[in-house]
Amino acid sequence: MQKRVVFNNRLLPYLLLAPQIVVTMLFFFWPAGQAIYQSAYIPDPFGLSSQFVGWGNFEFLLSDPYYLASFKTTVVFSTLVTVTSMGAALWLAVMADRVIKGSSAYKTLLVWPYAVAPAVAGVLWLFMFNPNVGLVAWYLGAAGYDWNHVLNDGEAMGLVVAASSWRQISYNFLFFLAGLQAIPKSVIEAAAIDGASFARRFWTIVFPLLSPTTFFLLVVNIVYAFFETFGVIHTITAGGPQQATTILVYKVFSDGFVGQDLGSSAAQSVILLVLVGLLTVVQFRYIERKVHY
Amino acid sequence: MAYRKTLAGLVAATILAGSTTASFAATEIQWWHAFTGRLGELLAEQVEKFNASQDDYVVVASHKGNYSETLNAGIAAFRAGEQPHILQVFEVGTATMMSAKGAIVPVYELMENTGKPFDADAYLAAVKGYYTTTDGEMLSLPYNSSTPVLYVNRDALEAAGLDPDMDLSTWEQVGTALDALKANGSSCPLTTAWQSWVHLENLSAYHNVPFATKENGFAGTDTELAFNGPVQVAHISAMGEWAKDGKFIYSGRRNEGGARFRSGECAFFTESSAGYAGVKAEAEFAFDIRALPYWSSVEGAPQNTIIGGASLWVMSGHEDEEYAGVAEFLNFLSSADIQANWHQNTGYLPITAAAYEQTKESGFYKENPGTDIAIIQMTGKAPTANSKGLRLGNFDQIRGIIDEELEAVWAGDKDAKTALDSAVERGNQLLRRFEQANR
Repeated sequence: MQKRVVFNNRLLPYLLLAPQIVVTMLFFFWPAGQAIYQSAYIPDPFGLSSQFVGWGNFEFLLSDPYYLASFKTTVVFSTLVTVTSMGAALWLAVMADRVIKGSSAYKTLLVWPYAVAPAVAGVLWLFMFNPNVGLVAWYLGAAGYDWNHVLNDGEAMGLVVAASSWRQISYNFLFFLAGLQAIPKSVIEAAAIDGASFARRFWTIVFPLLSPTTFFLLVVNIVYAFFETFGVIHTITAGGPQQATTILVYKVFSDGFVGQDLGSSAAQSVILLVLVGLLTVVQFRYIERKVHY
Repeated sequence: MAYRKTLAGLVAATILAGSTTASFAATEIQWWHAFTGRLGELLAEQVEKFNASQDDYVVVASHKGNYSETLNAGIAAFRAGEQPHILQVFEVGTATMMSAKGAIVPVYELMENTGKPFDADAYLAAVKGYYTTTDGEMLSLPYNSSTPVLYVNRDALEAAGLDPDMDLSTWEQVGTALDALKANGSSCPLTTAWQSWVHLENLSAYHNVPFATKENGFAGTDTELAFNGPVQVAHISAMGEWAKDGKFIYSGRRNEGGARFRSGECAFFTESSAGYAGVKAEAEFAFDIRALPYWSSVEGAPQNTIIGGASLWVMSGHEDEEYAGVAEFLNFLSSADIQANWHQNTGYLPITAAAYEQTKESGFYKENPGTDIAIIQMTGKAPTANSKGLRLGNFDQIRGIIDEELEAVWAGDKDAKTALDSAVERGNQLLRRFEQANR
């Protein structure tokens, strides 16, 4: 027999939902609405005057080849960060899952980098790879490779991807490990008795059963790469050399908070909002179908 | 006995209470600034000295991050109605502050309203010019001003078989020295800090060519960038060639090159005169400060260089009594003693003629050769419309664009003309947006 919980009071469910709704309204809808409103204006920084320009900010942005180029940069950057951080985390989680002795020490150490703030992570990587004083750059130089991410766009991109992924690996690792431990051992043991190799067991049993976790992390990591990485970019490259590492969210930050161009910055956040909305819809409609719960 | 103790305690308490009321009665003046380290200490010293010199006002200085962050903090605070009395704003933010008519109190107006003695002509013309209107009204108080100079590693020159006392006043001469240094195996013959400021903004002023139309933006917000002229293109071209040959090493957009020069790796370094304190403290080699080189082929060069650094803006929305204190404090900061001290400790320019004279008389320049180069270079000629300074909106972003385009030249992706044309075109769009925002 199924037990059903029914609310007799009509108001109670709304009341119980209220905190969540209030938080969403206050911290999401209200600022998002403000951004949409401001994207139609060019205000001066002090808020003393403001010119209504309608679609003007969007026209200005979309006719700027440098802004359009930063879409491509963002796609490259986000793909690299997501693939690197998820791939590395999965590998580490599978390995840590097999370790029997001292596994908790490994796990703790692997989680640590998540506690490092993005800007601090950026500075750490910058010091290692600084072309003038960096330790890694010095060893590369000694090995005959002239590292200079200040002028080489590929190296700059590699560096910000590494710094952004490094931190996220810990987060992904946690989820992958939990996901792995939720897979019934009996299934894997049965396959092992049938003579399936480790690789075969992984690809035919573990990976499909892990897909809900993988899908969740995919969404989270793309959102991370899109939104939370500007601290790393600001400290390491400031978007350079040229515009090689200027991703969309970094441009929102630098135009708005360094350049004081709030109208353009607001329009850019609206574009970003729409873009990530679309991306999430695509993910849930097309990729989620391949997920086995 | 117990009674007496209680009485003594009461008296003490009353005195204490009395003294706290007294300090409460002193008007508090908030000053937000961007200095840390040694500069922060020197600034705190100035504030302490002022607070100790009188009882009516207490200046409270707060550090708000780097220049950009300090400006942002000031703007955000103004929007919330919590603005400080005095805000330190870097020269790049000058146009932004100037256009914010309701948010600031121009310094000349402040001095008029409070009836404090104030002589704008006491300031060095090249410093004053940057912060005054075309009518000669001073809008903000110059505080820390510097100008680019050439730092020379004498030991490196000697090692390359050059005479360390050789004439380096022109880029042509520097070019020959670079050849010799490179041939001798130097890994960094020349590097720079603040490339846009030194190699475009100051280059333009120094050769008396416009950086932007409308007197570099002084005469109106409908200004357009003009730094893609023949002089600038020739200079960036030459630098690009040097970069290709490994004679000019690009270290980064800010002053990353400083570490390389101070460690002895680089032979020449173009950087602010305010870099002097750092070089003096760290360099383990003989070094020289020389005037910024110019191209002898350009007629009228050298004109004068322009300043960088920051000035103090007075923000609106406070009480008259507080403004009286602000005026007194600003006057205190401009006094010859304070300025001469600041100049000698930091390498920033003495902003008043009196402070310059005082430093000269004290024999400081004789003991520290090269420290007066910056002033001579800036004040050698009366500033022209091209060398008064720059007043461009969205200038922080425009500098970002210039950085990007110059990086394309150093990497060999673009030639100088293409890069500068592109920087001008992109920068002009931002100028039009600024014009629109401040209509």
